[in-house]
Amino acid sequence: MPSKFILLLLLAVSSVQAQGKETPADNYKAYCIQCHGSEGTGKGVNARDMSVVPRDHTDAKSMSGRSDETLFKAIKEGGTAINKSILMPPWSATLSDEEINDLVQYLRKLCKCKFG
Amino acid sequence: MKRILVVALLGFSAAAVAEEGVLQGDCAACHNIKGPTAQTLKAVFEKKAPDLFYAGNKFRQEWLVSWLQKPTRIRPAGMFHGDHIKVGVKGDEIDTSTLTTHPALSKADATSVAAELMKLKPHDDLIAKEKVEPGTISMQMGEMAFDKFLGCMACHLIEPEYGGLSGPELYTAAKRLQPQYMLSFIRSPQAWDPKSMMPNKNLSDANIQKMARYLESLSKEAANAK
Repeated sequence: MPSKFILLLLLAVSSVQAQGKETPADNYKAYCIQCHGSEGTGKGVNARDMSVVPRDHTDAKSMSGRSDETLFKAIKEGGTAINKSILMPPWSATLSDEEINDLVQYLRKLCKCKFG
Repeated sequence: MKRILVVALLGFSAAAVAEEGVLQGDCAACHNIKGPTAQTLKAVFEKKAPDLFYAGNKFRQEWLVSWLQKPTRIRPAGMFHGDHIKVGVKGDEIDTSTLTTHPALSKADATSVAAELMKLKPHDDLIAKEKVEPGTISMQMGEMAFDKFLGCMACHLIEPEYGGLSGPELYTAAKRLQPQYMLSFIRSPQAWDPKSMMPNKNLSDANIQKMARYLESLSKEAANAK
């Protein structure tokens, strides 16, 4: 009986999370394009005065040099977590791990590339 | 005497009702004045103007009175940058043709609308957690932290021609905002708005105080320059 209750509770919790989950396209539009650009080429509206230009997400060569784990870490903990720019902030308070994983897959579609 | 008092009271309450009307009607056409804030990105994308339901926790009343009479743009790329960009030669640029302006109010209306806005304080709890620590920061150190160590310049202007464009300009921030609000919002933008465009950079208490001090100095400098 208690295990059934826990199962129901888990189901309820996961469905709430699923409801709150945004699509990677919407998250990219809301939080990423301001720097990485509406076409993902790193030419966002904020890029003008930056000392380090934002990553071009359509650049298969540089994007294939980063593992999914590295991309996940950069989004979640910010650029400095992978020895890159402070201008890339951590999004851990904004996005769930699941949403970040979805964004990593979204980036793979943008670059049309895999790691390695 | 009694009659004068009654007339005065009636007049006062009628004016208050009228201003509540402006807030509920004209302001509420674009601003969220009742809360809660947008819970989904779909709702965020539909926002026409900043939330005002916690205006009394956020703004300085004297700034509201003055700005409402002579409104200027605070967010260079509008409420949601994604709606106001076009692809130019060097990359995305602001499409100014899509930006709208805020109507100007008379002095009397601005004064009473500001007074009504200041009553909206659902987040006293968040404000009460913050304490402004006395101290100073040199403009040079502040700017270095803002640009290089913390990376805030990515999204915010610290002078009209330097910085990012998606966030609100910050050289006027301390003129606009209450000190505790600045501390609280830097500490956790998501406590105010879970879908905020501003990330939580997990700043230490010391850095939060430093940035608020820098913004205070910056606003004074910007005001002096005018």
